[in-house]
Amino acid sequence: MTGAVDPTLINLIIFVLAVFVGYHVVWNVTPALHTPLMSVTNAISSVIIVGAILAAGAQTADFGAISGAVAVGLAAINVVGGFMVTQRMLEMFKKKTPKAPRQGDQA
Amino acid sequence: MSANMAVLGYLIASVCFILALKGLSHPESARQGNTFGMVGMAIAIVVTVAIVAQGRLDLILLAMVIGAAIGAYAARRVEMTQMPELVAAMHSLVGLAAVLIAVAVVNNPSSFNMSNPMPMGNKLELFIGTFVGAITFSGSVIAFGKLAGLGKQFRLFSSAPVVFPGQHMVNLILAIVMLGFGGAFFLAPAQPWLPFLVMMTIAFVLGVLIIIPIGGADMPVVISMLNSYSGWAAAGIGFSLNNQLLIIAGSLVGSSGAILSYIMCKAMNRSFFSVILGGFGAAEGAASTGGEERTVRSGSADDAAFLMANAESVIIVPGYGLAVARAQHAVKELAHKLIAKGVTVRYAIHPVAGRMPGHMNVLLAEAEVPYDQVLEMDDINSDFGTTDVVLVLGANDVVNPLAHEKGSPIYGMPILDVAKSRTILVNKRSMAAGYAGLDNPLFYMDKTMMVFGDAKKVVEDIVKGLD
Repeated sequence: MTGAVDPTLINLIIFVLAVFVGYHVVWNVTPALHTPLMSVTNAISSVIIVGAILAAGAQTADFGAISGAVAVGLAAINVVGGFMVTQRMLEMFKKKTPKAPRQGDQA
Repeated sequence: MSANMAVLGYLIASVCFILALKGLSHPESARQGNTFGMVGMAIAIVVTVAIVAQGRLDLILLAMVIGAAIGAYAARRVEMTQMPELVAAMHSLVGLAAVLIAVAVVNNPSSFNMSNPMPMGNKLELFIGTFVGAITFSGSVIAFGKLAGLGKQFRLFSSAPVVFPGQHMVNLILAIVMLGFGGAFFLAPAQPWLPFLVMMTIAFVLGVLIIIPIGGADMPVVISMLNSYSGWAAAGIGFSLNNQLLIIAGSLVGSSGAILSYIMCKAMNRSFFSVILGGFGAAEGAASTGGEERTVRSGSADDAAFLMANAESVIIVPGYGLAVARAQHAVKELAHKLIAKGVTVRYAIHPVAGRMPGHMNVLLAEAEVPYDQVLEMDDINSDFGTTDVVLVLGANDVVNPLAHEKGSPIYGMPILDVAKSRTILVNKRSMAAGYAGLDNPLFYMDKTMMVFGDAKKVVEDIVKGLD
């Protein structure tokens, strides 16, 4: 065992471990929240915006940078839209505090 | 910003994303989880912008502002019944972004700290990221069209399976050709545009072809699958850019989507493969009906109101029909009235009810139904035997007792055991068969009463009948 480890191998290690973490965490998600799970994973996968920023921020403003900038815009839709819509849904799942007598209760 | 600082920032962001998913294990902790997710994303973006800070930021900031505005507008405006469409649309954006990044990499690898021409390993990763991204994009567009009911405007969006002879063969050949061009891209010298673009185009076409044969009620599987793909696309791009945050976040999402697909397939007792091959419910439609004319007992909303008002316990089984009719608020009103009369009301949710995982739960939550009244199939199935009245709203296959009969196409599918309860009320628009194209013996039972009509209208009428 001599020499440096190929970075791709290190990435592979990270990948496999992350899949394991994802697997175990997601099995614990309650089925009632499967739709918010989809929208929040959607927002998380738009972390691809990181790659897009790197592409758009290239020193030479060429076709590749434009392409990257478009990708930034698309991913930004998802980042904001994904987290906001998840928030909106989760607000609905908030436990309703037993408010003052609800209408119809005394009927 | 130094590379080490950046990677540490990415580590914090990754942990935040894991906490975001972990929070979803309970409705109470979920909002906190979502906040973690937002914090993680903010860190990731700030760190990355700092990395490119000596470059040109104007384009990036402009794109972010425009994107954020569109995203915020969509998230505020969307109705809960349109959630599946929104999710499909968002998957397509991730896919397209992955493809665009790949284009930028091919255009100038050196701006991503790669040697030019690209090393073989990076090319392989880029190839995987590109074709998964492209399939995610075009597949999600088709899924969006199907979910939004655009079939009338454009046939590929038809919610019925679109099949043609030799379909699977065409897909297989295209896939092989795509891999071939991928190989050419892999082996080509500098700037391998031609094989890259051909490979990308074929992947776009493939995405369309693999989703069109899949019918409406299989959408929960498709949408989870595309969810998974969008994650793998991000991970693939992460490999080619040597960016660990993309790899981690991508794999979290990829495995989440894969688990959801698995749960959905299991809830239909179908293999993932059979769903993907598609065409279900298209072929056997007419053939499987029993033949002899059977009569159903149909009643009015007032009859239904009378039965429910005199029951001790009621279970409501919502299905896609509830979403179509947007009847969730009316249903909540009904439950409210019944509870005020001392009736126990609960909701039973089948995992594949609706068009996406958890669809019914969100609709009921929107109508402010407390989540502890809403039970999953496994938790409530044993209670049907002791329930006085079950109200089935726009669900069909998920309550079809044929699932217990050997030889039926849906044999073995776990169902809600509605047939065991004392009285069954079924609301449907007509006697049309469900997605599986099967007749439903439940409708012909002596203790079943059909209430025909639009779910919202019928439920509102029942509410009036209770007064």
